[in-house]
Amino acid sequence: MRKTLGMAALAAVLAGGAQAQSTADEIAKYREMIADGNPAELFEMEGESLWKTPRGPKKATLEQCDLGQGPGVVDGAFARMPRYFADTGRVQDLESRLLTCMETLQGIPASAVVDGDWNKGERKTMDALAAYVVTHSRGQKIQLDLANPQTRRMYELGKRAFYYRSGPMDFSCSTCHGEDGKRIRLQDLPNLTHKEGAIAAWGSWPAYRVSNSQFWTMQHRLNDCFRQQRTAEPEFASEVTVALSVYMAATAQGGVLQTPGLKR
Amino acid sequence: MANPMRIRAAVKDGFTEVRVLMSHVMETGQRKDSSGALVPAHFITELTAKHNDKVVLLAQFGPSVSTNPYLSFKFQGGAKGDKIVVSWVDNKGDSRSDEALIA
Amino acid sequence: MDHKRRDTLKAGGGLGIFGLLVAAGLIKPELAEAAWNKSAFEAKNLESALAALGAGKPGDSAEVQLNTPDIAENGAVVPVGVVSKLPNTEQIAILIEKNPNLLAAKFEIPAGTAAEVQTRVKMGQTSDIYAVVKADGKFYVTKKEVKVTLGGCGG
Repeated sequence: MRKTLGMAALAAVLAGGAQAQSTADEIAKYREMIADGNPAELFEMEGESLWKTPRGPKKATLEQCDLGQGPGVVDGAFARMPRYFADTGRVQDLESRLLTCMETLQGIPASAVVDGDWNKGERKTMDALAAYVVTHSRGQKIQLDLANPQTRRMYELGKRAFYYRSGPMDFSCSTCHGEDGKRIRLQDLPNLTHKEGAIAAWGSWPAYRVSNSQFWTMQHRLNDCFRQQRTAEPEFASEVTVALSVYMAATAQGGVLQTPGLKR
Repeated sequence: MANPMRIRAAVKDGFTEVRVLMSHVMETGQRKDSSGALVPAHFITELTAKHNDKVVLLAQFGPSVSTNPYLSFKFQGGAKGDKIVVSWVDNKGDSRSDEALIA
Repeated sequence: MDHKRRDTLKAGGGLGIFGLLVAAGLIKPELAEAAWNKSAFEAKNLESALAALGAGKPGDSAEVQLNTPDIAENGAVVPVGVVSKLPNTEQIAILIEKNPNLLAAKFEIPAGTAAEVQTRVKMGQTSDIYAVVKADGKFYVTKKEVKVTLGGCGG
């Protein structure tokens, strides 16, 4: 340890900021050490079991759920989401599409999730289902259908929402996520306006968070960003949240998904 | 209610490497809830891993093992298709036993 | 889910998992001696933890290696790997000096199992981590400091 500190001190004399770099290297090593054996796998297992379990008033499974690749096709579905669905006439992200499937196939009303609390009841079910679906797009390229006019419209809406300032602190998403090199404490913040940052973010959510042992969907992640802006929290799976996801995913187009992720 | 474990086992260079993820709160007994009341300790105390019928690892945990515990170890021998069984008990008497085949 | 099996295990009451396995003839009794070591897990300082493990004053050994990051971003999940190159390693214990209870985990290594385990522990603050190894009836120790940027025992 003394050696490390000595070297860091020397480096700090030679070049300011070198110590921060060595800390970042050590944290990168820490993240690498915990990457194998992501507890998100436990949620994925639960999700797979829930997917195949008859539930709701209709006592049906989700095995006929159409995530865009045809009924029952899970593999690669998340890599192409959000996408436009003709049957609902809407662009849907994974969570809003799962709501559709739960409602139509199982008879579970969307309100059970939309009006619910995080980490409880059907919202918790949603976490596990999302973990299951995204695992089956891990390693695949993000490929949104940007030729679709509805998806284009949502992209433009998402971009506007990203730069829209609100709340008592007059923050927008771009306040924290619109420039390189920003961080909160030791946590680096991705620049979501560039491909690299967007891939780092969109490509690693949903994720297991070691700080609270919870699995968070992108809906949960986005909601918490709004909460931290001290502004009105969006409704679960509302248009603005889907639009922001389209903006992020489109910016990350072509990047490889590492879902589900593992976060601090 | 205890959820299933994820057990992965694979043969490499004459050893079988076993990786286990357990679903457990691993509550330390030192934490307070939002009303200020102490959350009682709840954690896995003992774990055993077997290859076919032979014990290949015994472990005892305290509450400072992380939530949703991870464990990896390796033993000599083992062949593709052999059965690995991992069982645990916690301090409240709950238990769980799951198995996997060596890949 | 297999409720019946769990009920069966529960019905065993105070025997604990190893007692039950012995009762079922699944493991040899000598392995079952290791009932959960309450006094070791409740020890509040290094000396009493080592005493409860029967380790006394273990000698330093370079043959025992601790694999941890130098900095843990979150104390809730700190990866710890221990490798012992000592012949006939029978037991590995992981202790966190500044945790309220030092002993985090203890492993019995039967013949044929590598003296190499990895797990993850919680750390309340920056602390030395000790790996205590029993080999050929003797105890050895190595330690390493891990800095914690955010404590892992709060809400």
